[in-house]
Amino acid sequence: MIQPATTEITYRDAMREAIRDAMRRDDRVFLMGEDVGHYGGCYGVSKGLLAEFGAERIRDTPLSESGFTGAGIGAAMAGMRPIVELMTVNFSLLALDQILNTAATLRHMSGNQFGVPLVIRMATGAGRQLAAQHSHSLEGWYAHIPGIKVLAPATVEDARGMLWTALQDPDPVLIFENVMLYNMTGTVAADAVPVDIARAAVRRAGRDISLITYGGSLWKTLEAAAVLAGENIHAEVIDLRSLRPLDDATIMASIARTRRAVIVDEGWRSGSLSAEIGMRIVEQAFWELDAPIGRVCSAEVPIPYARHLENAAIPQVPGIVATAKAVLGRA
Amino acid sequence: MTASAEKPHLSREHLLALLRQMIRIRRFEDKCAELYTREEIRGFLHLYDGEEAVAVGVIPVLEQRDRIVATYREHGHALVRGVPMKAVLAEMYGKQDGCSRGRGGSMHLFDRATNFYGGNAIVGGGLPMAIGLALADRMRGDDIVTACFFGEGAVAEGEFHESMNLAALWGLPVLFVCENNRYAMGTALALSESETDIQRKAACYQIASEAVDGMDVIAVEAATRRAVHVVRETRKPHFLECRTYRLRAHSMFDAQLYRDKAEVEAWRHKEPIVRFQGWLEANHLVHPDDLACIESEVAAEIAEAVSFSEAGTWEPVEQLTRFTHAEAEG
Repeated sequence: MIQPATTEITYRDAMREAIRDAMRRDDRVFLMGEDVGHYGGCYGVSKGLLAEFGAERIRDTPLSESGFTGAGIGAAMAGMRPIVELMTVNFSLLALDQILNTAATLRHMSGNQFGVPLVIRMATGAGRQLAAQHSHSLEGWYAHIPGIKVLAPATVEDARGMLWTALQDPDPVLIFENVMLYNMTGTVAADAVPVDIARAAVRRAGRDISLITYGGSLWKTLEAAAVLAGENIHAEVIDLRSLRPLDDATIMASIARTRRAVIVDEGWRSGSLSAEIGMRIVEQAFWELDAPIGRVCSAEVPIPYARHLENAAIPQVPGIVATAKAVLGRA
Repeated sequence: MTASAEKPHLSREHLLALLRQMIRIRRFEDKCAELYTREEIRGFLHLYDGEEAVAVGVIPVLEQRDRIVATYREHGHALVRGVPMKAVLAEMYGKQDGCSRGRGGSMHLFDRATNFYGGNAIVGGGLPMAIGLALADRMRGDDIVTACFFGEGAVAEGEFHESMNLAALWGLPVLFVCENNRYAMGTALALSESETDIQRKAACYQIASEAVDGMDVIAVEAATRRAVHVVRETRKPHFLECRTYRLRAHSMFDAQLYRDKAEVEAWRHKEPIVRFQGWLEANHLVHPDDLACIESEVAAEIAEAVSFSEAGTWEPVEQLTRFTHAEAEG
């Protein structure tokens, strides 16, 4: 049997290939957002696509987040398969009315007559010293909303495959791309296929503690697991992949093996996705636990500019290691 | 398209149809208000009393393939478009037999069969959707017009300005219909807009516009025929401001502290049904028998809608969370 060919590409390139592939496969697909065309995308994801597909399908928009997100909704309702790019999660708040009050509600509010098969991509997360209006992690807020799906591809393979799956969904899907991942390289099959988005992935198996995370924090968490392994602590690392719906089964199965959990979430701690996951563990696996659940979240502060302060504000490897050891009683 | 498409058809049959639709909306909503006080209908109920000439003047000019985006004051639009009255009323009853399965209520009437895209209760929220519907049509080259209704209150929203810009920038076949009833809930136009001549705002976006007496159904229809013709021919947006007046309260909870009774009374004399019917009578275009016939047919339709709604079924609570996402087929 011949092994499928693989290529090594960046997360950014994987995302671009996914868009290009979708545009070639389906005439209904188009990309629209601020600077996606002539500029090539704020983070370079759509660079080169304008030349290949033209300005109708790689559609530069004015700075009208609510307007063009709503236009994506209408176009999706009329049978197109738009991909809307919002530069960052902070800017997505200008489109929150359309996302929450229209995209998420429409199927239910219309008694199942109208669906919104819209994909919205946006950058999220801190680490580039972009301060308090470009660096937040609000995907947990979006995961609060019934009627949408929320994806957080953390690997190059998921960056390549999740868009395909999302575009097949009859309902709105939000894809959060952590800004620190764009330059990361990884290996994907040359003939990429859509990936399953229903299940979380165990990225590292272990028996002593479950480290539950997603997106940009996955790699810090894997690094922390490697540090812990040096101290003979075998951590299991779970990449949630989908933040809504959450794959409770994979989380609980891991807890049943390890009996301890730490949740690593770049969102703020109060009212966060980590709080939701922690509560689900308490509801579903309380008697499996040997110790209180630990959390590593962002500090309750707008993300600051200065490098050392920004680093201190978001989850880092030493904090994950320390929290895991505390939960294990080995602090 | 021929020039005659731009002109109203002033046959007696057509004139009576216009009168009939306005009376149909008015009587239906009178019944809704009654049912509301009897607590058969709950939630918000926004009546169209006084504004009927707008929906009746605009909507019949559109083709079946065209699309309509409306507001939370949309009973009249739904009825004129052809959403069955019984499905509209059953929706207000919250019954599974309603046009949105009882999930939407008065403010969220939807009907795929007639390309009726709701019932949007976020002021200005429907405009971006209309842009997207028209964008899809433009990208596919389909000869479809999207008519987007909104009140004058919506023009203060950012979504209005974003949508106007996108429509003009991208050359989208949208007919913007501003139903200027002079009050955004309880805030008079002069208290909310620096420029109260609403149709002038369209010029900033290079969109052709026209203001029309929204209490005159013939004038609204004539203006709509011109506007729709332009949109179809040029595939560009057009802006129609219909100057009208809401004779009833904003919703059933409104004590109307913001306007004088005398003002409302003065407009009552100018309201579209009285005015149109008077004109028809003066010109011997309507006979008492015609009016009696219209009233009895409308009364029968309303009675049937009430019976249908009362006999309708409540969706089982076990189905509460259905339709938050598409269900697997089969």
